[in-house]
Amino acid sequence: MEIKVDESTCTGCSLCKNVCMYDAIDIVGKKAAINENCVFCGACIDICKFKSIEITGLSQGYKDFSQYKGVMVFIEQQPGSIADVSYELLSEGKKLADALGTELTGILLGYNLSQSYPEIFKYGTDRLYVIDNEIFENNLDDIYAKALVQVIHRFKPDIFLAGATGFGRTLIPKVAAIIKTGLTADCTSLAIDPEKKILLQTRPTFGGNVLATIITRNARPQMATVRPHVMEKKQIDVKPGEGGSNGKPDVDIAKHAESISLGGPDSNICKSGEDYNGRVEYIELDISNFKTKYKLIATEKETGQSINLTDYDVIVSGGRGIGGPENFGLLKELADALGGVVGASRAAVDSNWISYPHQVGQTGKTVNPKAYIACGISGAIQHLAGMQTSDIIIAINKDPDAPIFKVANYGIVGDLFEIIPKLIKRIKYGNNLIQN
Amino acid sequence: MIKIKIIVCIKQVPGTTEIKINPETNTLIREGIETVINAFDTYAIEEGVRLKERLLSNPETKEEVEVIAITMGPHQSESILREAISLGVDRAVLLSDRAFAGADTWATALTLQNAIKKFDDWRLVILGKQTLDGDTGQVGPELAQMFNIPFVGYASNILEINRTRMIVKRLMDDRYETFEIKLPAAISVGKEINIPRVPSLRGKLKAKNEQIPVWNKGELGLEDEKIGLSGSYTQVVKIFIPKTIHEVKMITGGPDEQAEELYGKLKELSIL
Ligand SMILES: Cc1cc2nc3c(=O)[nH]c(=O)nc-3n(C[C@H](O)[C@H](O)[C@H](O)COP(=O)(O)OP(=O)(O)OC[C@H]3O[C@@H](n4cnc5c(N)ncnc54)[C@H](O)[C@@H]3O)c2cc1C
Ligand SMILES: Cc1cc2nc3c(=O)[nH]c(=O)nc-3n(C[C@H](O)[C@H](O)[C@H](O)COP(=O)(O)OP(=O)(O)OC[C@H]3O[C@@H](n4cnc5c(N)ncnc54)[C@H](O)[C@@H]3O)c2cc1C
Ligand code: SF4
Ligand code: SF4
Repeated sequence: MEIKVDESTCTGCSLCKNVCMYDAIDIVGKKAAINENCVFCGACIDICKFKSIEITGLSQGYKDFSQYKGVMVFIEQQPGSIADVSYELLSEGKKLADALGTELTGILLGYNLSQSYPEIFKYGTDRLYVIDNEIFENNLDDIYAKALVQVIHRFKPDIFLAGATGFGRTLIPKVAAIIKTGLTADCTSLAIDPEKKILLQTRPTFGGNVLATIITRNARPQMATVRPHVMEKKQIDVKPGEGGSNGKPDVDIAKHAESISLGGPDSNICKSGEDYNGRVEYIELDISNFKTKYKLIATEKETGQSINLTDYDVIVSGGRGIGGPENFGLLKELADALGGVVGASRAAVDSNWISYPHQVGQTGKTVNPKAYIACGISGAIQHLAGMQTSDIIIAINKDPDAPIFKVANYGIVGDLFEIIPKLIKRIKYGNNLIQN
Repeated sequence: MIKIKIIVCIKQVPGTTEIKINPETNTLIREGIETVINAFDTYAIEEGVRLKERLLSNPETKEEVEVIAITMGPHQSESILREAISLGVDRAVLLSDRAFAGADTWATALTLQNAIKKFDDWRLVILGKQTLDGDTGQVGPELAQMFNIPFVGYASNILEINRTRMIVKRLMDDRYETFEIKLPAAISVGKEINIPRVPSLRGKLKAKNEQIPVWNKGELGLEDEKIGLSGSYTQVVKIFIPKTIHEVKMITGGPDEQAEELYGKLKELSIL
């Protein structure tokens, strides 16, 4: 395998040199020359107007993947509820399945699950596979990985999607490693190539400044983790007679809950059965060799308010301009009024004004809420990396040249200590601020 | 007793993500070309060195530890290995071969695995939680799976450790989880685990004089079809800049007007 420049067409325009992030191109005697720093990222190939750069010697021996069919979504279950990203993935998976003319299936692992089914069928799921067993209670990734590998081997989906949550991003790589297939991380857009019928997986890299489209070659399923809150959650009308109207089950769930909690001598075989007009299938799995390598000693919620920033539609973030820990109370008040959560820049976290789980940015959380309100944050590139894909960005900063305004949809040049209290008052008491 | 080995995996990444757009050609122009240690990997280095100090000073264990840094990359990534030595790592190995280029996370993990196998009595692999460029965070769990050893990602605190087991706490989305695991194992770390030290003078000197061995595909016993782009299941087919047809609307006036208009906007956007 080799990357080559066709010297007969190269004009030495150095576009490729400028685009290469790895300092892998030199212009020697008006021709591009690629050195050993090249990581084959493909950026230069795309940019060259003369099609002078080519990667050769890559075996294109496409294997026959015709036995792999359908789109399967891993439905992530956190104690008590289904992660929202799972519904987003079902909605997206439905589009992909339609484009390919195949089925959308869900795989749900957990313990005592039946209450979650009705919702799952609202998003176009054709079939739901369930493995309901005590061993899945603690979300231990090695147990989950073993089970998912068996499911994938059995049903051979062409595409397998999971949420890029903390759990998904440790679990799914293990599954991919066992199956021996590719995995694209943290995608923000998925599409089917209309000709080749393969999955085009697009994801932000280099701190969100560049998008890369990735394909899975020579292996199936095509696996991707998808960033939460990016795909649109879209319910689909359930046709009457097709798995219950209004998402109500046709079959009494309690009956099944009973049949699956059967313990007894062979309790390491999950019971199988069906309901929802045959659309829920309990999978029987030999779990006798499912031993975990982890001993979970303790789980504790982060103290204070819940800190999973990505769970919120509104984030009110503060930076060095907040001035001190006590002033975060002001942001909290605004966040509460908007049903949101407080975020922070690294400068605020490093000053110990607020704890690390609140940090947004390259070395903190990547968030994409409906609204991100940045208060007293300058908008350093590392901060932008974590929030620039938010739907609406509002920036309050006293410096009109602050870079945050370059990504903001609405900007206010002013003192946050004047504006925010007024805004809170306006929300709470409803009196128009502009009298006369 | 034979020295325990802790392997720290580090990656060289472009020194900046600052990318400008050339308005004429609408293409990206990268700024600055220097390369650096991936930010999270500096915490991995620090944790390795701290564990060494801790195991040695613990009267119960008095365990001798050797911390070894490895990286897979072009020859110029030798510089980050020297930097790792200046920060307290005992020795380093560069995995470099033209055929490694273009590796996806799978091929990277496999190459690292074959390198780590060559050390005897390694007990722990420490990685960064993700990189600046590829930014997948997949190499750690894939590597651990290849070895079939436990992997704890996002580790925030190592509460206990000895030759055979460790207790480690990690930060998952909204909760901390504490696990006991057997060694060998792998963990990935971010900035919550420690504050990296600055290089010592002695470290700098050692870094300058150290011979850094280079292992190629032959030494790792890897065939071409398992490594680099050829051995990769994923392939980047296109890189482009997100559309930034973006205009900011400034809300002007005095604080009262600004707050009032912002209130109106929040209503209009159904945020309120
Ligand atoms: C490897 C690396 C990783 C990093 N990762 C992150 C990351 O994950 N997240 C992150 O945020 N940063 C990160 N940083 C740090 C980043 O470069 C910046 O230093 C940081 O984001 C600055 O935070 P800030 O905007 O709060 O502070 P500053 O840049 O100091 O900005 C403060 C702003 O507040 C404004 N201001 C002050 N008073 C008021 C007032 N009364 N009313 C209104 N505005 C006011 C000022 O005009 C100024 O614009 C990283 C840096 C590096 C090198
Ligand atoms: C734009 C772009 C997008 C990409 N997207 C994907 C993708 O979606 N899926 C995919 O499989 N590959 C992808 N790759 C390839 C991927 O970047 C490489 O496989 C890379 O070698 C390792 O992956 P990472 O940078 O994501 O590392 P991560 O998994 O994020 O790194 C975690 C830790 O692993 C260790 N580590 C990583 N690389 C090395 C190394 N070379 N030497 C030593 N230790 C290391 C470090 O401790 C690091 O902190 C992409 C590459 C580019 C340029
Ligand atoms: S972009 Fe194409 S023509 Fe321009 S220097 Fe590079 S290879 Fe040559
Ligand atoms: S493929 Fe990527 S790394 Fe290689 S020369 Fe082109 S732009 Fe640079």
